[in-house]
Order: sequence, then structure tokens, then C-alpha cells
Amino acid sequence: MNWLLTPLAWANGLSAQDLLGLFGHFLLLSMLAIGGAITTTPDMHRYIVKEQGWITDAQFTASVAIAQAAPGPNLLFVAVLGWNVAGPLGVLVTMLGIMLPSTTLALHATRWGEARRDALGVRAFTTGMAPLTLGLLLSTGWVLSEPSRHSVGATLLVALTVLVMWRTRLSPLWMVGLGAIVGMLGFA
Amino acid sequence: MVEPGPPLARPASPAELFKVFTLLALQGFGGVLAVAQRELVERQRWLTQAQFVEMLSVGQVLPGPNVMNLSLMLGDRFFGWRGAFAALAGMTLVPLVVVIALAALYTQFAAVPMVAGALRGMGAVSAGLIIATALKLMGSLKTNAMGRWLCGGFTLLTVVGITVLHVPLVWIVLGLGSIAVTAAWWRLSR
Repeated sequence: MNWLLTPLAWANGLSAQDLLGLFGHFLLLSMLAIGGAITTTPDMHRYIVKEQGWITDAQFTASVAIAQAAPGPNLLFVAVLGWNVAGPLGVLVTMLGIMLPSTTLALHATRWGEARRDALGVRAFTTGMAPLTLGLLLSTGWVLSEPSRHSVGATLLVALTVLVMWRTRLSPLWMVGLGAIVGMLGFA
Repeated sequence: MVEPGPPLARPASPAELFKVFTLLALQGFGGVLAVAQRELVERQRWLTQAQFVEMLSVGQVLPGPNVMNLSLMLGDRFFGWRGAFAALAGMTLVPLVVVIALAALYTQFAAVPMVAGALRGMGAVSAGLIIATALKLMGSLKTNAMGRWLCGGFTLLTVVGITVLHVPLVWIVLGLGSIAVTAAWWRLSR
């Protein structure tokens, strides 16, 4: 079984055994990621940084920050972590690991619900959860605006975005561009 | 549940799903939810606001990011597992290449003040986008069987629980969620 321990060229020198461990860990986290993969970051940090020592604290934080700023679903922070830990093979292993179990379960669960969509239990579930979902969305916006509330410029930017997006059909990209320019000029 | 306005449209093929989800994901700075609501409900008209909230609610309690679960459900509704795969692939493939490229660049430019400033400005906008999306979707509660006072109460309790009391998400979903679902059950069965 020595080949398992040979460093791999496409994996920043990690061995096949390391990659299997990484894959297994992310498979497990996928099933625990209720409320999004971001809720499992503390455990990813424990495994990748503290236990295995594959990347540093600063690299871990930067990986999450980049994925937040880049276009695309926030889940892609997992791909950046995978990249920093083990290059292209790391991306493959972490992304497949975090997505396979949760998507398989989601597909089956939604088909089950769809087949019984007129059942009282299913209707009670969607009716009852709707106000909570919107409350969670508002809370997410509030929590994400926390760093902005320390600066007058950034606070105004949040308020202007809410007003424009709520009341018009302008593409959000215009506001993202405005935010980048205001920030670059040092007002955010 | 009948909503005013023209009838809903549907995508022509899994390839169209892939294209729409790729474009949508590439516009989503700091999260895709705001853009997803705009594209899927307002522009493509594949879903009503109420259906969007419904899918989001289901996506919320399942493991995995709610917006990924929503893409998968929408794809599956139109084209079965091929649609689910096309929507998820659209959401991840191209943005993945972009984010890795940015990660490689970031190490060189992180210290430049203008880059850090631009990121702060974009962060402020992405927070505003999410709040605006929530406000827009509030309209869908008008047709909710629990009525606006009960709905408003549950929304308020959720916000206070998360932002003021810092209750773990799982307790909000299991605890407050059970109460809300029971209340809805009671209202629906009368």
C-alpha cells in the first residue's frame, strides 16, 4: 500500500491517503451543513489548519474572504480551500465531497415533497417556514452589513442599495460597480 | 395559489438552464440569492415569488447551501435529474474557474489599499442586496394562510433571535420552526 503515501504532482505534494481523508471529511460535513456550508467552517478550520496543518490561519481566512468577494455562490470558498490545500485535485475532492451527499438527499427529499404537495403536513411546512425564511434572509443581510456600519460612507452605500434594489428593476451589477468605485476612492 | 400577472414561462432545455444559471452565478457578488430572485422570478418568470420562497424554505432545512438546493429543485422540476445537474453545473463550473483565478491573483494584490477599499464597498452593496431581496419577497406573505400578523411576528422573532440574541440557527429552525409549522397546520385544517 506504499503507493498511497507517494506525494502526488497535482495535489501540492499531498498523498492519495491524504486526499481520501480530505474527501471523507467533506462528505461528512456535507450532511451536517444545515443552513449552508458556511456553518461548517469552524470544523473545516479544525481539520485542515489545526489537525493536519496543511494551510495557515491567514490562508484559511483569506480563502473564505476571496470567495465572498468573487462572483458565484458562497459555497465556492470550499473550492478555494481545496486549491490552497492540494491544487487541482484538492478542488475536485473538496467540491465533490461537500456536494454529493447534500444534493442526493435534496433531490430525493424534494421529489418526496412534490409528490405529496397537497398533503396537509407538506402545506403546513411550507406555509409555516415562509416567514422564518424571510427573517433569516433579513438577518443575513444585517450580519453581512456589520463591518459596513463602522463607516458613514459604507452605511450610506448599504441604505442606497436597499432603496434602489427594492424600488427599481436596475441590475445589481450597477450597484456592485458603484460600491467598488466608492470603496476604491476611500469612502467605504 | 393564484397570483396576478402573465402566466409563468419555462426553460426550453437543460442547456438553457445551464446558460441562465451560469450568467446568474457570474452576476452574484457576495452571494447569488439576490440575483437568483431577480432572474428566476422577475426576468425569466419561471417561478412566482411565493414559489421562490417555498423552494428557499425547503432548501433551508436540507443540508447544503439553500441557493444550491433551490437550483437543483428548479432544474429537477423542469427536466428531472438532467435539469438538476444542468442547473448545479451552471451554478458551479464557470464561477469556480473565476474564483480560483482570483484567489491566485489575490495573494499579489491584497495589500493594495484601493483593492481592499473596493472589496469593502462591494461588501456593503452585497449586504444591501440581500436586505432588498428579503423586503421584495415580503409581498409573498400576503397570500400566506397564517395571515399577516402571525407571519410578521414569526419574521420579527427570527430576526431578533439571530441578530440580537445570537441563538444558533439550528434552534431557530427546529424550535421556532416547529411552532410556526404547528400554527400553519392549525390554520390550514380549520
